[in-house]
Amino acid sequence: MKTRKKKDVRESKLPYHLLSLPAVLLSGSIVLIPAIQTIFSSFTKWNGISKTKVWIGLQNYKELFHDWIFWKSLTNNIKWTLLFITVPVIVAMLASVLIAYYRIGHKTFQAIYLVPYLLAPTTNAIIWLNIIFSPSAGLVGFLQRAGWISITSPLGNMSTALLGVAMVDIWHYWGFLTVIFLAALRQTPMDQLESAQLDGANGWRLFFHIYLPNILPTVSLMMVLIVIYSFMTYDYIYLLTMGGPAHSTEVLSTYTYSLAFSAFKFGKAAAVSLSMGLIGSVAAFFYTWLSRKEAVE
Amino acid sequence: MKSNTSLMRPGRGRKRTAAFFIAVSVLVILALISLFPLALVVINSFKSHTQIMLNPFSWPTSFSFENYTYTWKIGKFGEGFVNSIKLTSSAIITGVLCSSTMGYVLATRRVKTWRPLTLYFLLATTVPLQMFMLPLYSSFVDLHLMGNVYAVGIAIAAWNLPMPIFLMRTYFLKVPYELEEAARIDGANTFHVLTRVIMPIVSPGIITVACIIGLFSWNEYLLTTTLLQSEDNFTATLKFLNLNGTFSRDFSVIMAGAVIMIIPMVVVFLLLQKRFIEGMANGAVKG
Repeated sequence: MKTRKKKDVRESKLPYHLLSLPAVLLSGSIVLIPAIQTIFSSFTKWNGISKTKVWIGLQNYKELFHDWIFWKSLTNNIKWTLLFITVPVIVAMLASVLIAYYRIGHKTFQAIYLVPYLLAPTTNAIIWLNIIFSPSAGLVGFLQRAGWISITSPLGNMSTALLGVAMVDIWHYWGFLTVIFLAALRQTPMDQLESAQLDGANGWRLFFHIYLPNILPTVSLMMVLIVIYSFMTYDYIYLLTMGGPAHSTEVLSTYTYSLAFSAFKFGKAAAVSLSMGLIGSVAAFFYTWLSRKEAVE
Repeated sequence: MKSNTSLMRPGRGRKRTAAFFIAVSVLVILALISLFPLALVVINSFKSHTQIMLNPFSWPTSFSFENYTYTWKIGKFGEGFVNSIKLTSSAIITGVLCSSTMGYVLATRRVKTWRPLTLYFLLATTVPLQMFMLPLYSSFVDLHLMGNVYAVGIAIAAWNLPMPIFLMRTYFLKVPYELEEAARIDGANTFHVLTRVIMPIVSPGIITVACIIGLFSWNEYLLTTTLLQSEDNFTATLKFLNLNGTFSRDFSVIMAGAVIMIIPMVVVFLLLQKRFIEGMANGAVKG
């Protein structure tokens, strides 16, 4: 990438400040200011409708500390993160390396794997609820009636519900990772590959010594993004189980939403979302650190 | 993206071995997993409710489009798609305007604010929607913007702004500096340079960014469901969700509805495949 030199000293800075305005105004008014308001609300008792917010200090946070649903949600977010930084990453790496190594059907497979990622969460969730998990019309019901195996919808069982939801989300997500890994594999230097092949390196050696080191920066960046997104995850959980049964799939985002829009405890909801933000900012620190070289230096 | 052909070369002489066939099988099985639920949906969309209940794997007895026309009407998909198009256009216009201007500022680094702005937008990537959604909801109520699809489109663009900005930045970095300099010597000011010289060069990048913003806003769920609360301003995704709530007893309607949701997305993707994949890859690949 080229670095640009400041050659023309007399050039006015004003146009550049004006060009910054649209993005600054947009993000400032819709993201930054409301986020600051949320931080403030988390120290108040507020139902979201009335004009008065009562300052109660750390009360919301103290309540959260003794709130088992909050801890359950946090635990589920951590489980979710562990699932997502392993399963889809491994599957996507396997698929992309196989495609790159054997150079087969690059465009076709990439396009097929990406289809679930392109569909709306609502569409995917409704499809899975009806044609896979439904006991009357879905795959689960069909297998049940066929009597081959006793199977019930994983979503209805407290111990498997989170896995069931994660399965749908991973099904929709891993193809995206494959596209990214394939793009990174494309940048593997030719000479490295050729010299390794002349040395008679086998597939495993090629993977661990050539492919993996080359795509590692991309993989680690994606892992950090996965951590960030795992603590924000909402759509599939809410659409498939609404956090149930009995809070077994509750995550911080679904808990925030139900606190705010069902219990009208906006203050407490703000406190939960702030804790999400804090966890996110730890991950953000790593993200900034990893992308720093690219975007800042 | 570099267009070197390393992907093409190492495969020489690796075909027709046992390992090759295992590799192909793995890739085909993964493809089947991706398509299996969707294929079932398409097959069952031609069947009646009782036929689906009897056996979801049976082949349809006839291929009439009656299910589709009925579902389109009953689910008010026409209205839904119009709303989706309005919302998505609003998000794309807002997102492209803000990300291309900011991307240019961050790429050229001619003002000192580029560093705090870069850090701000990097951090903004990690702000959960819940962090600003509650006050935003109150503001939407106060400003009578609830149910306004254009306003919701702008909010979605704001939330998804960082990625398009950094994507645009990479396209601006590829513009040769000499070109800009030559235009300046000819007396063009910054705005002329940007609109006449640079924008035409980065237009593929703008289309890519538009595709990515379009994908996110078309599929968006949490903000739309919170800020659009009356049925007549529901987007297509919400119309389908609504249909699932009211018609959950009729599987043929749900299946046809799913196909109605799938087809436009797949068609648009096949038409703009190159842009979508380039956008996803450049947004995440370091280098």
